[in-house]
Amino acid sequence: MKRALIPFAVFVILAVFLAIGLTKDPRILPSPFINKKAPEFKLPLLDKADVIFSSNSMLGKVWVLNVWASWCVSCRIEHPLWNGLITNNKINLIGLNYKDEVSDAHRWLKLYGDPYQLSISDIEGKVGIDWGVYAVPETFVIDKQGIVRFKHVGAITNQLINETILPLILKLEQVDINAAEQKS
Amino acid sequence: MKTILLFLTFIVFVNVANAAVDIRKFESVKQEKRYKSLVNELRCLVCQNQNLADSNAPLAQDLRKKVYLMIIDGKSDQDIYDFMVTRYGDFVLYRPPLNPMTFILWVGPFVILVMGLYVLVRYIRQRKTIVVKDLSANDKEKLKKLFDQGKG
Repeated sequence: MKRALIPFAVFVILAVFLAIGLTKDPRILPSPFINKKAPEFKLPLLDKADVIFSSNSMLGKVWVLNVWASWCVSCRIEHPLWNGLITNNKINLIGLNYKDEVSDAHRWLKLYGDPYQLSISDIEGKVGIDWGVYAVPETFVIDKQGIVRFKHVGAITNQLINETILPLILKLEQVDINAAEQKS
Repeated sequence: MKTILLFLTFIVFVNVANAAVDIRKFESVKQEKRYKSLVNELRCLVCQNQNLADSNAPLAQDLRKKVYLMIIDGKSDQDIYDFMVTRYGDFVLYRPPLNPMTFILWVGPFVILVMGLYVLVRYIRQRKTIVVKDLSANDKEKLKKLFDQGKG
């Protein structure tokens, strides 16, 4: 009688694993950059193509990189959340305009609002490739030492902002880089 | 009716024929072979069940171009794999590397096969040990009667 239970037990174990699998989105890849140094880049500003922005200028600050494009539908969905977040919180939000036309990008920001401290043009998507971007929108949180601490693929949600992003930014803001450097 | 069905079936497969045709200039046949094999072994991250060779996604086009440029630049196959894995993780390779994380993925099917064989062998062995009882005298009588009936 007990032997007959073995196939049933195997079934239950398999069912549990499969059920857990159903709750996960197989299209989402974990970022290989979590807890690693963010790739450096130099790109022109969206507003002034002759001014080059270097990612190194953000060292010592906690910042958020949001990858967006005027042709991206999900970006339009998440955009109001960024607009709202900026009015209530002081965060360094930098937009990476990915594989877009400068004129389209400007038009889009005029229509839907510009929450970004600044946006940079990655017209060919080379910086996107360096950061492992494969979908738009994507959001990265980078700490004061230039290390990627969080990545989200797809539109952000209020829950994600309140439960993950904001607390993480607060926590990272409290790190004193002088003390951190002394430790390492 | 048959022609319509045939036509519809044909349409479904046309998409594959449309799969990316880029014009690439190589310096040697070897380079071209390397390009083809690399682009077949790297996964398209947008259409995740296609490789870079087959996918029409913009990202796939960009990455194919990157592979091409790296080959022309003199980078090795390993350099190119490392480049992709650094940015996208092991999932970008169709052949995942063998390391502690992917160990279960590689060894799993064989383990399950062995387990299955074990169960099968035990089951067969168990069947063989069934004893065939000899028929009782009563049953032998009945059997003889049935045979005699059949003959006649």
